[in-house]
Order: sequence, then structure tokens, then C-alpha cells
Amino acid sequence: MDTENLLEIKDLAVEVGGKEILHNVSLTIKPGETHVLFGPNGSGKTTLLMAIMGLPKYRVIRGSILFKGKNITGLSVDERARLGIGLALQRPPVVRGVKTRDMVAACMRERASDEAIRRLAEKAGMVDFLDRELNYGFSGGETKRSELLQLLAQDPELALLDEPESGVDLVNVALIGELINELLHKGHPMRERKHSGLIITHTGHILDYVHARTGYVLLDGRLVCEGDPLEILETIKRKGYAECWKCAM
Amino acid sequence: MRHVKKPDNFGERARAAANKPAAFGEDIDLNKFVHTSEELPYQQELSLLPDEVRKKMVQVGVVPESSDQRAGTFIQMDHSVVHSLAKQEGVEVMGIGQALEVHDWVSGYLWKAVAVDTDKYTAQVELGQSNGYFIRALPGSKTIYPVQACLYLSKARLAQKVHNVVIAEEGSELHIITGCTNAPRGEPGLHIGVSEFYVKRGAKLTFTMIHNWTPEIAVRPRTGIIVDEGGVFISNYVILKPVGSLQMYPVARCTGANAIVRFHSILIATPGSSMDVGSKVLLEAPGARAEVVSRAITTGGTIIARGYIEGSAPDVKGHLECRGLILDEGGVIYAIPELKGTIPGVDLSHEAAVGKIAEEEIEYLMIRGLTREEATAAIVRGFLRAGIEGLPAELDAEIQRAIETSEKTLL
Repeated sequence: MDTENLLEIKDLAVEVGGKEILHNVSLTIKPGETHVLFGPNGSGKTTLLMAIMGLPKYRVIRGSILFKGKNITGLSVDERARLGIGLALQRPPVVRGVKTRDMVAACMRERASDEAIRRLAEKAGMVDFLDRELNYGFSGGETKRSELLQLLAQDPELALLDEPESGVDLVNVALIGELINELLHKGHPMRERKHSGLIITHTGHILDYVHARTGYVLLDGRLVCEGDPLEILETIKRKGYAECWKCAM
Repeated sequence: MRHVKKPDNFGERARAAANKPAAFGEDIDLNKFVHTSEELPYQQELSLLPDEVRKKMVQVGVVPESSDQRAGTFIQMDHSVVHSLAKQEGVEVMGIGQALEVHDWVSGYLWKAVAVDTDKYTAQVELGQSNGYFIRALPGSKTIYPVQACLYLSKARLAQKVHNVVIAEEGSELHIITGCTNAPRGEPGLHIGVSEFYVKRGAKLTFTMIHNWTPEIAVRPRTGIIVDEGGVFISNYVILKPVGSLQMYPVARCTGANAIVRFHSILIATPGSSMDVGSKVLLEAPGARAEVVSRAITTGGTIIARGYIEGSAPDVKGHLECRGLILDEGGVIYAIPELKGTIPGVDLSHEAAVGKIAEEEIEYLMIRGLTREEATAAIVRGFLRAGIEGLPAELDAEIQRAIETSEKTLL
């Protein structure tokens, strides 16, 4: 077993509601690397992230997920979170009565203090949202910043980000990019960097701010392409996913 | 005990209603209880009260020692006033008997917001031995800290009768926290509490009541509130511990223009608990507004959550919100929201929902590393406190503390 890999997915098949969505997906992410996932709507991108996180609705029917060399396929969501996997949802639910502050504190666990929470919230431009109910009445961009604020508080070794820039205006995409770079410890030199990311992006806007090493295209539940993310994005922009289908043949 | 004879024909009306069952709730057999208790000694120092009593007081938000965080204190055990003190200028705190002696006009406030012949419970308070508090904020006076009051049922099998009068005079601001509780004796008991509130022009009264009973106790509060022009009455009611049988349906009347009433209730029924709790607001003057919010959780007990808003004046606005969570088998929540408008232009609405905790929310919190139990507890705590805004920090803290201390037994 290659314990140098942070995440190793082998021949993974996942079904949702009795229907197989992902077929034999394999990928590996080493410590410090950021990978991005492209693909049209309904291709299974979110399913892959949810399966890595371990949400029960996304049932692994074949293959395995290894995190830091350990098979986590049978672990619960919270166990995976405590091992160091974090997930920013595309559309998180509103939780009435639970304040953003409470969640940030819960994510920080023993490191939580009023001062530390305030500092992180300042970075994310979320100070005014700390005492508001989680996601209640938040705009698209505020929801994204709230998700990233919680992940920053959690400081996971593997950050799974589901379309972190969707619904965010261009000015705020820069801030989202900054927060992701902070989350992935991009300020650290590569050889010391331990934090990794797997980012779903629809538009690729986030790549203007966040450097990613590897890109994938997911089509109809299969990984059909692996390569330089900017090159893949350029191809999709010019020729659409039709070009990717050729590779899938 | 109340010694001053009240005028009027209250006695006659009470006698006529002595056997009249209440409109709602189990009919309690009053003959099963003793109706008198012995006079208990007055305590100058709260710290000298028995530990058992002090412990129960803390659980209902009453600080059992001299505290700068309280504008006054009133403690009644059975039918005796054992402590009464106003600490802040502009606030009066005393037993109702003493108040009737001190102010000759107090009798005019008795049975004005609650009819003496409402049912056999109100009748009993008039006819039998009773006591209660009189709390008044003088015109224009503003308290920052709440006045605290504890009604403690100590004697086994006693039917404790209480008659409270609270007056917030013109332009005043008054906060009250009342804790009602009993000695844990495993014996039956009955608490009948009549409370009459008068919120004068431009005054603001916040009344937080925390109940902490045992499964043998029956409780029949009878509450009436009259709010004058521009007055604000905010009620927060919290019951998190088991109770044998509880039925209450306070009625607030907005008699002055632009009067505001808010009722918030937090109810938790464990197995064996039976609660029939409602809030009624009558919007009788132009521009009056009402908000009735209840949060009910059952882990096996029965909760009937009623709400009623009636608009009979121009430009009134009222909203009822009733949400229930059933966490365990055997639990029942019956939400009954009612609205009545009698003239054009009233704006009344309600929403009610009874269900379970959304799995999606639990999973969301688990994604952040909370265990299923931690996630559920956080969501339940949030469910209970959502929508209860604008409380003085002191009261908010008391409610939060009460919720948190009950969480272990809840989940």
C-alpha cells in the first residue's frame, strides 16, 4: 500500500436510490495537492464528494476509499470528519436556532476561543453573521463564505469543495479564492504542505485564484480524462464536453 | 396568608362557580387535596433556606442569595411569604395581603383581568386560603435586572393557591422571572396560580416563567393581561421537566391603540407528562399587534398546543407559529392554531408544523465532526430557541441554562 497518498480511491462504484451513479472511479491525491473535477450536470461529481465524505444516501457497492492509508469505506460521516476530511456543500441546509458561531466553535473543537473565532470570521468577512442562525437568509455568496469559514475552523487535511464559486459575484470570487488558498495552506512551500483539496468547479473561475495540479473530467459516472486543469478547462470552453466524449469512447 | 377581605360580590360569584369544570384539561378532583397550610417562618437571609429548596430555586432561574443581578425577590412557600424584598428604587415587591393593606386601590385590580368565576380553580383561589405577589413598577421607572419570584409547593397533598397582581405603570419597564416548583416528595399536589397583569400606557413588561414540577403534580395557572395604549407585554414560558397534568390558556387583551403582545412557549413533554398549553390574544384596539410562538417537543408525553388571535379593530396584525417535534414513540403533539377576524382590514396569519428532525440537518452537522447525538442535541437546542429574540440577556441566559440542564434527560 502506498501510504504516501492522502486519498486513494480504487474502482469505486456508488449507487443512489438503487441506481448506480459512479462506475469504477479511481484517483489518488497526495499530501499538498489540489485536484479539480469538471463535468456536466448529473455526471456524478457531487456523488463522488458525498461518497468520500460517507453520507449514507451514497452507497458504495464496489471498490474502496483509503484515507492516509486506512480503508474508511465503512466509517460514518463524523468519524471521517474527525480523521481530517472536510466538505463544503453546494447548498447547505438552514439550521434554525443554531448560530454560525456555535458551528465554528464546534468545528474548532478544543482550539475554540472567542478571539480565534472572531479572527477567522474577519478573514471570511463573516463577523456580522456569527450570531445569525446558520444559513438562514444568507445570500449565495454568504453561504459559500460560511461554508469556508467552518472548514477553516475545522482545518481538514482533505478539503472537498462542491462548486465553491457558484452563485458568487466576480468581486467575491477573489475572496473565496483567498479563503480556499488559506484552507489548502497554499502559502506553505509545496514540500512542507500537507493540506489537499478536491474541488468541483463548473465555470473554472476559481482556477483564476487557486492553483490546481490535476484536473479530471467526469462523464456519466466515469472519469474520462486526467491532466492539466487549465488545459482541460480550455478544451471544454472551446469545444464543450463533446470533445471529452471522444476520449470516453 | 391573605387577611384583607376583598370587596364586591366576588365571594358570591366564586361560590356559584365552585364546581364549574374548566373549558380544557382533565377535571381535577379538589377533594383529594388539603387546602390549608401552616404559616412558615419569614427568612431575612435567603441563604438560610433549606438546601433542597435552594437547589430547586436555581433550576427555575431564581437566585437563592442576595444578588446585584436582581431588582427584587419574592419567595412564597405553600401559602406563606417567606421572603420579600425590593432592591431597586421605583419597584414594589410584596405579598398581595400586604399590598391590599398598603394601597387601598389594589383591590380594584383583583379579578379584573381574570374572572373569578372562570372555573372552579379561580373560584377556589377566592374562597380558600391563598397568597401571592404584588409587583409594581412606578411610573417611568426602568429596571435593568429582573425581579425574581419563586412559588414553592412544599406540603404534601396541598392545593397551593396563588393570586398575583403585576402592574407596570405608565412609561415603566419591568422584567420579572418567576419560577414555580415543588419539593420532590413523590406525593400529589396541586398548584393553582391566578396572575393578573396590567401594562399601562407606554410601559413594557417582560414576564418569564419557568416551571419545574414532578410527575405527581397538577398545575392550573389562570392568567389575564390587559395592555393599554403603546404598552408591550412579552411572555416567555418554559417547561422542560415532567409534570402530571398541566393546563393553562392565558388571555391577553390589547385594549389600547398600538399595544403589543408576544407569547413564547417552550414545552418538553417526557413520558407521562400531559400538557395543554395555549396563548390567546384579543386585539381590540387599532394598530395592536400580537405574536404567538410555541416550540413543543415530546419524548413520549402529550402536548396540546393552542393558539388563538382575534382581531376586532382596524389595522391590527397577528401571527401564530406553532412547531412540534416528536422524538420518540408514544409522543403526541396536537397543534390547534385559531384565528378570528371580525372587521375588514385585519391581518392575521398562522403556521403550524409537527414532525421530526430533518436528517439533512443532522448529516450537515455530522459533516463538521459532530456525532449523531451531538448533532441532534444542537438541533433540538436550536429548535427550542429559534424565534425567541429580543430578550434581556439575563433572561435569555436563564432560559438557555434551563434548556441545557435538561438536555441530558431529554436525549
